[in-house]
Amino acid sequence: MQWETVIGLEIHAQLTTKSKIFSGASSAFGAEPNTQACLVDLGFPGVLPVLNEAVVKKAILFGAAVEAEIARRTVFARKNYFYPDLPKGYQISQLDHPIIGPGHVDISLESGESKHIGITRAHLEEDAGKSLHEDFHGMTGIDLNRAGTPLLEIVSEPDMRSAREALAYAKKIHQIVVYLGICDGNMQEGSFRVDANVSVRPVGQEKLGTRAELKNINSFRFLEKAINFEVERQIDILESGGRVVQETRLYDAAKDETRSMRSKEEANDYRYFPDPDLLPLIIEEDFIAEAIREMPELPAARRTRFEEQYGLSAYDADVLTATREQADYYEIVVAEAGDAKLSANWVMVELAGALNKAGLDLPRSPVSAQHFAGLVKRIADDTISGKIGKQVFEAMWESKDSADSIIEAKGLKQITDSGAIEAIVDEVITGNPAQVENFRNAAPDKQPKMLGFFVGQVMKKSQGKANPKQVNELLRNKLLDG
Amino acid sequence: MMSDLHQMSIARLSSGLQAGDFSSVELTRHFLHRIRQLDGELNAVLTLAEEQALEQAQAADERIQAGNAGPLTGIPILHKDIFCTRGVRTTCGSRMLGNFISPYDATVVTKLKEAGMVMLGKTNMDEFAMGSSNETSYYGPVRNPWDRDRVPGGSSGGSAAAIAARLGVAATGTDTGGSIRQPAALCGITGLKPTYGRVSRYGMIAFASSLDQAGPMTRSAEDAAYLLAAMAGFDERDSTSVDRPVDDYAGQLNQPLKSLKVGIVKEFFGEGLGAGMNASMQTAIDALKTLGVETREVSLPNSGYSVPAYYVVAPAECSSNLSRFDGVRFGHRCENPQDLEDLYKRSRAEGFGPEVKRRIMIGTYALSAGYYDAYYLKAQQVRQVIADDFRKAFSEVDILLGPASPDTAFRLGEKSDDPVSMYLSDIYTIAVNLAGLPALSMPAPLVDGLPAGLQLISNYFEEEQLLALAHQLQQISDWHLQTPSGY
Repeated sequence: MQWETVIGLEIHAQLTTKSKIFSGASSAFGAEPNTQACLVDLGFPGVLPVLNEAVVKKAILFGAAVEAEIARRTVFARKNYFYPDLPKGYQISQLDHPIIGPGHVDISLESGESKHIGITRAHLEEDAGKSLHEDFHGMTGIDLNRAGTPLLEIVSEPDMRSAREALAYAKKIHQIVVYLGICDGNMQEGSFRVDANVSVRPVGQEKLGTRAELKNINSFRFLEKAINFEVERQIDILESGGRVVQETRLYDAAKDETRSMRSKEEANDYRYFPDPDLLPLIIEEDFIAEAIREMPELPAARRTRFEEQYGLSAYDADVLTATREQADYYEIVVAEAGDAKLSANWVMVELAGALNKAGLDLPRSPVSAQHFAGLVKRIADDTISGKIGKQVFEAMWESKDSADSIIEAKGLKQITDSGAIEAIVDEVITGNPAQVENFRNAAPDKQPKMLGFFVGQVMKKSQGKANPKQVNELLRNKLLDG
Repeated sequence: MMSDLHQMSIARLSSGLQAGDFSSVELTRHFLHRIRQLDGELNAVLTLAEEQALEQAQAADERIQAGNAGPLTGIPILHKDIFCTRGVRTTCGSRMLGNFISPYDATVVTKLKEAGMVMLGKTNMDEFAMGSSNETSYYGPVRNPWDRDRVPGGSSGGSAAAIAARLGVAATGTDTGGSIRQPAALCGITGLKPTYGRVSRYGMIAFASSLDQAGPMTRSAEDAAYLLAAMAGFDERDSTSVDRPVDDYAGQLNQPLKSLKVGIVKEFFGEGLGAGMNASMQTAIDALKTLGVETREVSLPNSGYSVPAYYVVAPAECSSNLSRFDGVRFGHRCENPQDLEDLYKRSRAEGFGPEVKRRIMIGTYALSAGYYDAYYLKAQQVRQVIADDFRKAFSEVDILLGPASPDTAFRLGEKSDDPVSMYLSDIYTIAVNLAGLPALSMPAPLVDGLPAGLQLISNYFEEEQLLALAHQLQQISDWHLQTPSGY
């Protein structure tokens, strides 16, 4: 039988706010356990939640970015269950009336076509704390620093038909939230968590198969692997006459498998009801307009602008706008260096290559955009050749000095004085009479190739500093005219 | 004169303090002494904060001498044990919080502290404010000073009994379904439940968040006016508190009331009301008429649904609010838990009393999948219908009137085995909470030697009118001055 995979994703994006969603405690990651939880986060008797306005603005930005409905009235609800890292015995979340209604994004498929993926909703909620099961000799340690951290849960429609599509969608959402500056996107630290609802059904069947929810996926690579494993598992079950159970399954990256965590039968009845401590939030038009005014340029718009403003190819514009950091970096470079195409090549090839080799991401690049711009500018204005440029870049990477100071210190400035170049050219012609003779007797179509020998000699004598264009011109003139 | 300090009004005490007739330390010692001497049988005060009280009194005296005292500076206050008080045990009447010392003060506590009031201690109450007789307290029932075989009402029974017995000048209470007004009625004092949102709930241990409201419990409407002015106001830590200026309640007590229209609620004078209580109410209404107000009958046709609606909404909210008492971070924890589930089950089974458990069960059921629409949602719709009844009534009259309780104080144990008959003792008070309106109970003529409470209800944020009417009635009557014998 032919099977069709159906995938929907639930993405939890931790919103980058200074304080928590319902308290004034800091929401920074990595502090000593239980040092960033105030009485509200600890759920002490008598405390009350107060909504952090910043999270509302961030949710609105997301809503606008995915062309979704933004609620004018949104309601917080309590999701009740007992767990030691959930201090109040309920999580403040949203059920009916989420802040963001239906929207969509378009993903690019490998075929080059694009596909519309529906977003069902996105809602605000508080995160729970962390239970630490190791290092406590059979007991559990509770760290409530994370309790009350703001999350935006983004729920997709079951519109994806393969792990690759799910991956493309997840990356798209990641790109959007990071571009918007509402989430740092760090998957290892759990700032961007992806749960996948996966089911299979016979091709042509309308009704959805029974789904499993995959959790504990902390990288894009694992997302693809987890889904592929799960799809095969479900197909194996169905083909051997079994029945898929609706359940939550944890992905184990070490074993590359998913395993059952809890089944629907054991699932909690969360007894949702509107939180009486928080009145329904009425969002005024002005507030939305103000939030959207702060919206940064999104990837798609920026890509189009790069093509138009800088005359870049679609491919280059796409690569450069893949992350907000890279696009920002490029724009700093091009503003200073002037040559858009040259800037694009240097950012995409030399810089990206060096970062990749060193295993660094752009924000941790040892060469700042300003310094890198200084380098590209010197290539663009012929102060140095591209080849010398690579040498200068290597030195910048090590020393963190500016391009100009390295060029100056190492005397790498290109020789553009035609008298000086001519002297070297003459020297090479005089010193290689046999080669000159051969060149002059050769057929015109062979000559350009033979010119390379002389160019090489001149560059060698000038220690690479002679302007190659001038060298070529002078040699051609002298060898042919002589 | 020092011997009758406990009979004086706040205004009288305040001028005495200002004039140097006595100090706040003397006043405080006087009440601490009365509590030690007289509370043994009443059990109204759970925790006496003697040391802190004397320190605060000392500071108040200094403030008075420095000339920057307010009307409440140096006046003693008792707080219901539902308000978190920094450094002083806060039990909420429960074994669950028997060892709980709050690291912070409730906003109400802070505000009264800033006004210069001296906290004498914490008053007994029904466990987590769930009860109408003060018999559900883990720390034993409170007895009514008018007849110590009778209940003081609840849940703010300790505060009501303490003020009736003149163990304090004023007390705080909270009212979710009548928990200020019903004990005020049964103990013969004045108790006001403000408009929902008028007083901050921050630091007040939640029972039913959408209904809970703190208010003053005092001997007179005038005293209540002073206290409410200091308690009320917007609090940025409570999203349900309302950002709106606080009226000068004391300053408006004598506002002209001639054109005021008072509606007598037909449904509150029906079958359930005892004959003696009815007569007491009629006497009070007649007195009211001499103030020149106009009275007429009005109807709240759906008020009969208020008890059932309340007993869905309040337990539903409480079932969630009380989840935080899990033995993990604070409060009672069972001995040697075997695992997580055992920790939860035994800590909660041991920490909560039967009435609290009953309501958690009711609320959990009402919120369960498949029942939510039939119970919780329906109850919320009923709430709307009840609020509409009031809206219509207030388009005809300014104030609504009725008894605060169907009968006078009942005997200890009389209703403890019959939760429904207990719940019905709040039949006249609950609709007000469901609608979020302000209402007070003030003493009417005694019925067979026991206090009766007259309830006045006004429109949202019209506490100033409510207090003015009660005050002017108290100017021409002496029901509020009657004191139980022996106190």
